[in-house]
Formats: sequence, C-alpha cells, structure tokens
Amino acid sequence: MLSLRDAAVRLGSRTVWSGVTLDVDAGEFVAVLGPNGVGKSTLLKTILGLVPLSAGEIRVGGRAPRHGSHDIGYLPQRRSFDASARVRGVDVVRLGLDGDHWGLPLPGWLAPGARRATRRVAELVELVEADAFATRPIGSLSGGEQQRLLIAQALARRPSLLLLDEPLDSLDLPNQASIAALLARICRTERVTVLIVAHDVNPILSYLDRVVYFASGRAATGTPDEVITSETLTALYGSPIEVLYTSDGSPVVVGHTDGASYHPGLHAGHEHHLHG
Amino acid sequence: MPVLGSGLTWNVVDDVRQLLEFHFMVNAYRAGTVVAVAAAIIGWFMVLRAQGFVGHTLSLVAFPGAAAATLIGISAAWGYYGVSLAAALVIAAIPRTHGHSFSEESAVVGTVQAFALGCGFLFVTLYHGLLSGTTSLLFGSFLGVTDGQVVTLLAVASVALVALGAIARPLLFATIDPDVAAARGVPVRLLSVAFLALLAVAVAQASQITGVLLVFALLVVPPATAQAVTSRPVLGVALSVAIGLVVTWVGLALAYFYDRPVGFCITTLAFGLYLVAHAARRIARHVRDLRLAA
Repeated sequence: MLSLRDAAVRLGSRTVWSGVTLDVDAGEFVAVLGPNGVGKSTLLKTILGLVPLSAGEIRVGGRAPRHGSHDIGYLPQRRSFDASARVRGVDVVRLGLDGDHWGLPLPGWLAPGARRATRRVAELVELVEADAFATRPIGSLSGGEQQRLLIAQALARRPSLLLLDEPLDSLDLPNQASIAALLARICRTERVTVLIVAHDVNPILSYLDRVVYFASGRAATGTPDEVITSETLTALYGSPIEVLYTSDGSPVVVGHTDGASYHPGLHAGHEHHLHG
Repeated sequence: MPVLGSGLTWNVVDDVRQLLEFHFMVNAYRAGTVVAVAAAIIGWFMVLRAQGFVGHTLSLVAFPGAAAATLIGISAAWGYYGVSLAAALVIAAIPRTHGHSFSEESAVVGTVQAFALGCGFLFVTLYHGLLSGTTSLLFGSFLGVTDGQVVTLLAVASVALVALGAIARPLLFATIDPDVAAARGVPVRLLSVAFLALLAVAVAQASQITGVLLVFALLVVPPATAQAVTSRPVLGVALSVAIGLVVTWVGLALAYFYDRPVGFCITTLAFGLYLVAHAARRIARHVRDLRLAA
C-alpha cells in the first residue's frame, strides 16, 4: 500500500529525516509517533505529494505520489472551525466529494450525479454517526462532532489510504476514545489503510497494527508489542518512560520527569513546520 | 418635477406608475437591480470568507479613484473600476504565511486605506467644481444614471457573476477548508486573487449607487442577514439576492417619494431587516429550547 525506501526530506537547508524505510500493508491501522518537530506531518505531506523527497523512493499504492490524488483522504491538523462559520456539516462533507469541481452543481431533479452525491453524503454521515447534528452549522458543533464530519469528508471518494494529522488533539478524553474507536471501525469495515499522526499514543494503542516512530532524524517501525515497551520508548524519547497495564490488560504509556507524570510527546504548543 | 418628495399615496399601482414615470427613475431601478444582485452574491462569499475589511478598503480606494477620474475629465466609473481592481491586486500580492491568517493583511490594508482616503480628499479639493460631487461620491446618488451606464453595469456584472459561478465550488472549498482543498489540488491562492478581483468589481458597481461609504448596505447586510437565517449555501445566496433587491427597490422608492438621500433609505432598510432576522433567530432558538425542555 505504502512504502518508503531509504527516503529523506530536506526543507530549506535542514534535513528533516533521512534513511527512512517503511512498509504499510493495505487495511492496516498505523500510528506515527515521535516528539515535536521530528517531521511526522512532513511524512504525510510527502505521501500527499506536497513535499518532494530529497533522496530515496516512495510508492503510494504502487505509484509515485500525485498531488490531488483521489486515492488518499487527508485530515490536516487544525484547531476548529470558526464559530461563525455558517455552513452546514453536510455541506462540508459534500465538499469532500466534489468541492474541487469547477462550475455550478446541477440540482438533484436535473442530474442523476447530484442525486448520487446526496446519497453518498447521507451514507457518510451515517458511517460516522453524525445524523443528529450534520445539518447544523459547522461552527456551532463541538470539536468531536466537527472531527466526525471531517473524517466523513475525507472518506467521501472512497480512498484506500486515510491520513490524519493529530485528529485527537484538542478533544476531551471521552471524545478521543470514541473518535479512535470510530477510526478503527472504519479501518476494518471500509478496508481503508489508516495512518494517524499522534502526540499521545494511549487512546489508539489498543487498535494499532503497526507503529512508526520518528526521533532525531530517523524512523523505525514495528508492531506495538515491539515498540510499546519501556526500554524502546525510553531510548526513543531520551527520558524515562514506563508502559503499564490497566485492569483490562491494555497498555498505558506514562512518562516520568522529576517524579511528575506526563504523556510522552504531549508538550504544549504545536509543531512549527506544520504549514511548511 | 412635481412628484419628487410628494410622499406615498399607498396605492401601490399608482405609486409604481408614478415612480417609473421619469426615465431617470427607470434607469435608477435598472442600475440598482443589477448592482444589488451582483453585490448580494459576491458579498455572500465575502461574509463567509470574513473579508469585510478588505471589501471596505476596496470601496474606500474607489473614492480617490472616482475623484481622480473626475479631475482629469473622464467618467467616474473608470475610476471606480480601475482603482478598486488595482487595489485588489495589491492586496492579493501581500505575502501570506498561513492559509487563513488575515492579521498581517489588515495592517497593510489599513495603511493603504488611510493613504487612499487622503489622496481622495486632495483630488476633490483640486477639483474646483461642485462640492456636492463629493457627497454623492461618498454617500451615493441615483440621479442621472445614463442608459450607457446601465448597459456597462449589466455587462460587467454578468461577466463577474459567470466567473464566480465557474469558481464557486472550489472557492467555497478553499474558504471553508483551505488545507484540505490544497491537498485536493484546488488552487487556493489563485482563487483568492480571483475572488478579490470579483469583489473589487462588486464594490466599484455598488459605489456608483450607494456611494463608497455605504457600499456595505448592499455588500454585507443582505448576505449577513441571509446567513443569520440559513446555513444552506444555495438558499443563503438566493435569500441574500432577495433581500438586496427588496432593500434597493424600496429604498429607491422612499428616496424618491420623500426626497431623502438614497444611501440613507437603503441602509436604514437593510439595518432594519438585519435586526429583524437576528431577533427572529433568537426567538426561534428560544422556542426550540422551550419545546425541548417540555
């Protein structure tokens, strides 16, 4: 589905990462982890064809990445929509379907294509369980509700690869859990490969097939069992990190600095290269 | 002109007949209709894109444009279109670091705006003709719209609206979701430049009826009122046009029958509708909450 061979990216004079080799199979749920500013979002932009490689090779679905490909759904990092954004949730979903088409859409009674589009939007809204709020203005919805509609938007053209940049950021804990569960469900039922960039690995930990971690200009991959261990994570982040197990047996990652507990990589602020 | 300022008879047929008795009034209605439709549609996008300040500036720079055109003895319309479009391109050329940040833009735009107003005043002073010209440049006038002007307005508005129709969907996408749109291959930057040019055209047109200071009566109030009522894009645009037309038509009639400035009549009506729409939305929400509680 996705493979990188000895890939490197330079932004200006800085090498963001190099020597990255990665293989993702179709239908996998993959997390891209690592501290701030190591180029996790840059990886997504490379896959989208927005940032070129400076060395090595990348194949997406067996081909070189193409800008504007229908085969990839993308959710960039964001805070939220402006509260005054007076456009309905379903309109935002619809834009994912034909928002890049020129000219005006024909009304449904004239064009069968328009009716199909309306049906697809309804299907997507149902898929992300957004029926209750999809016709309200997007700006008036909560972060979790907006995130559901944006996931629907990204899935509009049945992509085989879904890229999400910090989709759980700025959500409260119950919403983080339910969005993570939704993504895992979509990954399985819609047979979509999901690649998710995350600060905090805990909400998605139990769903992961594969973990990619970036640190100091390199990346390594493995199954969660290989990567989510106290030794690997401590070496990766360069500070003591423990993997504990909850009463139901799911792992939880906890970091220690001077006795205070924190989530690895969960620092204040956002990565500065996001919009580069 | 026996009927000007004579007041309404409240007999609709009589009033309309009286209103359209003179050719200058017919032309005022033609021009007002064209301008109201274009401004309501282009304004709908402007309000959604939160580019009100840019629109305001484009209208203010139209003032020195029109004043300069009058000074060198050409039609003020050339000044409106030329300078608004030029200003739109200057604003479009301001480098923007992130997709949606207008803070840097506002600083530059504000600076240009102040300078332009100063220039406009200079041109008006240099032009020793009639001082009333300034008032109509600033606050609008519906007298003396020629047949030629109506044709020009119609031609320019048609081109602008066809162009807007062609880019409408990607523009909506780029407005709501610039990052995703860019990833989908939508030329976000180019669309933003194109929209500024269309906005400049709408502003230059509306300026000729409402004056540069009251452009917002047609460019902001109808779309803002429509967006308060509905968040459906197509319905919103249609409602915006309807409000723009009602405000313009009734405003022109009031200005004619009561001999009051047309700018005042149109803005007052627009403001009134805006208040009503917001009050209605409040009440509707309140009723819904009550029903949910019950």
